[in-house]
Amino acid sequence: MALTRPLMTAPAPAPSPAVAAIAARDLVKRYRATLAVGGISFDIAAGSVTGLLGGNGAGKTTTIAMIMGLVRPSAGRVAVLGADMAHERHRVLHRMNFESPYVDMPHRLTVQQNLSVFARLYGVADVAGQIARLAEGLDLAGLLDRPCGKLSAGQKTRVALAKALINDPEVLLLDEPTASLDPDTADWIRSRLQDYCRQRGATILLASHNMGEVERLCDRVIMMKGGLIVDDDTPARLLARYGRSTLEEVFLDVARGRGAAGAEAGA
Amino acid sequence: MSGAAVLFSPRRVGAMVLRYWYLLRSSWPRLLELVYWPAVQLLTWGFIQLYVADNATFFARAGGAFIGAVLLWDILMRGQLGFSVSFLEEMWARNMGNLLMSPLTTAEFVASLMIMSIVRLAIGMVPVSVMAIFFFDFNIYAMGFALAAFFANLILTSWSVGLVVSGLVLRNGLGAEGLAWTIMFLFMPLACVYYPVAVLPDWLQHVAWLLPPTYVFEGMRTLVIDHVFRADLMARALLVNAVLFAAAAWAFSRLVESARDQGSLISAGE
Repeated sequence: MALTRPLMTAPAPAPSPAVAAIAARDLVKRYRATLAVGGISFDIAAGSVTGLLGGNGAGKTTTIAMIMGLVRPSAGRVAVLGADMAHERHRVLHRMNFESPYVDMPHRLTVQQNLSVFARLYGVADVAGQIARLAEGLDLAGLLDRPCGKLSAGQKTRVALAKALINDPEVLLLDEPTASLDPDTADWIRSRLQDYCRQRGATILLASHNMGEVERLCDRVIMMKGGLIVDDDTPARLLARYGRSTLEEVFLDVARGRGAAGAEAGA
Repeated sequence: MSGAAVLFSPRRVGAMVLRYWYLLRSSWPRLLELVYWPAVQLLTWGFIQLYVADNATFFARAGGAFIGAVLLWDILMRGQLGFSVSFLEEMWARNMGNLLMSPLTTAEFVASLMIMSIVRLAIGMVPVSVMAIFFFDFNIYAMGFALAAFFANLILTSWSVGLVVSGLVLRNGLGAEGLAWTIMFLFMPLACVYYPVAVLPDWLQHVAWLLPPTYVFEGMRTLVIDHVFRADLMARALLVNAVLFAAAAWAFSRLVESARDQGSLISAGE
């Protein structure tokens, strides 16, 4: 599977790193007695790729859902491209997109039909051209007339990625984008995401349990536990601070409540 | 390359209608089912009417009242089902997250569901109305303007009920799906589909007049039996419908907001 065409229509203007594409302030989500997210704040710089890490129940999916505007925060606020997602999300939804294992593409529709519907929903000007570009870039050309329900897991993920890129989004939210894929397909997907980021200068927030994926794609990692941010740094600095050689080991240290080596030394 | 933020875009409504059209045409059993139940209903009640009319002078004079009721009831029932089933398709397909994260607004989504309820209704009702002419010599189109008034009022009620059911399913998940198939039957005894309002006990008549379809079925009987079109009944039905639709739209928006608070939108379909 080789990438022969760019995944986007035209290069985007270079993003200004000083501008936060995503800004969360004192974000809290409480479901009755359960505190899912306990008051977190962060800025995601435009053009950066940030990993959101944490064990099951750490609050990653709820955080992403609040960023998308699908869940209303109990307190605090989150803005994407300057728009408050609780009240004015429709100002920016056409400039962002997402992929998540919690959603699916309609099974009875073909790949072409699904992409065509979403292209129109996102206001894509050249629907046929954009689908052709994505089909070539994501190796979907031979699948366009197949119903989505008849695709393999890897093929479905490529279609979901095509849908996530249908509007050349400036902000892309990815929740476990390579879950349940074989290593080869997962690696191929990561390459496509890297290509897209390089070409578009897009901002990506990625929730994942795959530490290799995070090390490869992300230039910053936010670690969550129990609804709180417990660490936030570049992969290299996290490795150095925890005295570990892989992010997986850092993840286990955080999950099991072992502090950073520097922190334990009183640094 | 993406369109700017517009709060109501006919193009996005068209995209959703296209999505449902692709779905409908992908399965002939789905298309057949749209005709099947109305046809069975029509034939059953039509032959009952023929039997009764042969044995009772009043029913002989009231020829067509039952068949008219069957056809109008199906507009109400299938209109709501057309709305609700299109909505449920998104839940069954686990596609709601994709739609809610897209620029599609709630108003556009609802507009596409309304259009699809009419499309599905037309696919089911046009062949059945032709069957009524063929088997029972009952031409519903001969009602002319009255039919348009009946249709407008019934479809408005069906959309109101469809909105509330969709909101409940969005808020509570597919556990509430059964409402989509059953809630309209609550209207059947109260809206006096097959008998006059006067048959009901006095206190229940007050309840019946709170429902817009009651005016339609009463108006249809007046038209078929006495050959009089009661415009006053249709105007009152429209007024009650306006209140009902406003209440349903408010309830739907509250249920969506409640779903957003409860986190139901990210697990929609489960």
